[in-house]
Amino acid sequence: MKRITLLFLALFAAAGLVTMAAAQELTGTLKKIKDTGVVKIGHREASSPFSYQDDKQQVIGYGVDICLKIVDAVKAELKMPNLKVEYVPVTSQTRIPILTGGNIDMECGSTTNSVERQKQVAFAPTYFMTGTKIIVKKSSGIKGYDDLKGKTVVFTAGTTNERAMKAYNDEKKLGINFIPSKDHAESFLAVETGRAVAFPMDDILLYSLRANAKNPADYEIVGQFLSDDPYGIMLRKDDRAFKKLVDNTVTGLYKSGEINKIYTKWFQSKIPPKGINLGFPMSDALKELVKNPNDKGVEACGKMKC
Amino acid sequence: MDFSVFFQPAFSGGGIYLDWVLSGIQWTLWVSILAWIIAFTVGSVLGVLRTTPLAILRAPATVYVEVFRNIPLLVQMFIWYFVLPEIVPTDMGDWLKTRMPMPEFWNAVLCLGFYTASRVAEQVRSGIQSIPRGQTEAGLAMGLTRPQVYRHVLLPMGYRIVIPPLTSEFLTIFKNSSVALTIGVLELTAQARQISEYTFRTFEAFTVATVVYVLITLTVTVAMRALEKQVRVPGYIGSTAK
Repeated sequence: MKRITLLFLALFAAAGLVTMAAAQELTGTLKKIKDTGVVKIGHREASSPFSYQDDKQQVIGYGVDICLKIVDAVKAELKMPNLKVEYVPVTSQTRIPILTGGNIDMECGSTTNSVERQKQVAFAPTYFMTGTKIIVKKSSGIKGYDDLKGKTVVFTAGTTNERAMKAYNDEKKLGINFIPSKDHAESFLAVETGRAVAFPMDDILLYSLRANAKNPADYEIVGQFLSDDPYGIMLRKDDRAFKKLVDNTVTGLYKSGEINKIYTKWFQSKIPPKGINLGFPMSDALKELVKNPNDKGVEACGKMKC
Repeated sequence: MDFSVFFQPAFSGGGIYLDWVLSGIQWTLWVSILAWIIAFTVGSVLGVLRTTPLAILRAPATVYVEVFRNIPLLVQMFIWYFVLPEIVPTDMGDWLKTRMPMPEFWNAVLCLGFYTASRVAEQVRSGIQSIPRGQTEAGLAMGLTRPQVYRHVLLPMGYRIVIPPLTSEFLTIFKNSSVALTIGVLELTAQARQISEYTFRTFEAFTVATVVYVLITLTVTVAMRALEKQVRVPGYIGSTAK
């Protein structure tokens, strides 16, 4: 009897050691993916062309394509070719809690890498450079931010553009009446229906929203850049192994020039759902970042003081 | 957990984050109380109409109740806010969207008020119908007109009977007022979300919001219970006299 007990104990101990050895190899997100066999990608519903759903509810976009390259790298790293990809929709407001809470492994959207967010999450190397401008109706006669005095402005809750616009409003004492909205499509709807006169957003997203509008000619994108917004894929903080894999994948795309193919696909060719070509060549800032990748963040309040 | 976050200077507006909470509480109370006034008034009228013997009065009230209580509140909120201004004449639509003061707020009040009215109507109707028919007949036999029967016999008892379910409706309106955040009213839940997103203190922000909601609803419960006691008819309904 005693011998059997000892034997069991030895077996348990051996099993424990094996598990521990495996745990030492893999930690954090990679371990989670290995254990569950699923990579969870957080995506947006209306951040064309970075991350959105087409008319068949497929999740697509420039950011999503880059994330799928990361998934390929994870498959190779873990030797799990059958890894499943699960898409989880997030909004500007929910993306950080959902990521830190563990329900997604990376967020592939149009998230600005800001110093403030870096206290909560980590970012992959910047994959797009943009900045805040406003979209208005041509008929409104608004030519710049100072024309917004006393008017109603809609913003997507939780964006850096919201902060840049509010900081500007505070500084210049414009007395803007702000209304929050859930996502970029809803914000644009507020401008379209006349509820708000302007919507501050990253200019690339504004061009894309305008291109997909019922009457693109009715809208104008105006103003100087209120902020610089470098986009990056969001990852959980302090997860060195996963961050390294992601960094290597992204910089690998930059070095091999594959990024140009992906870029052209989304910014210089026809894209779903309406087959519009944004015709937006790669900016010098982005070319520079492709040459020398980095994951530096920007200040939250754009060009104003916080 | 670190509640000192509420005393840190807020990102914009010049105050501290606690000011955001207070402003949120204010909007929650305004939306709920104004909506309740609409709900109670309109609901009472509809509830009475649904019990009259005249089909021509009953029918529209029934249609109202079925329409308003069968469409999800969130959908109604969007209809009021996004759809209504587009189907009325352009001038009026423009007024609704931009020129009227605080469009989000009034949209929320009207939507919540008219939605809850359908529920109040059902409570009032059930109150009236729970009174034995003999009392109506006795009133009519004594020479009261039908409006007088309502005024002096049915409504005084009916309302007393439905105080407990009406209390539930009143509590629900405070909780439902959070739906107003979807059209941009910065009420308590919206402020909690905003604070969590600016400070990353999600747990603290929603803990405070939860506690405030519970405090509001407890206050209402206590007040309604006092009212119930106050208007009790000894020996007929409610707890018997002590």
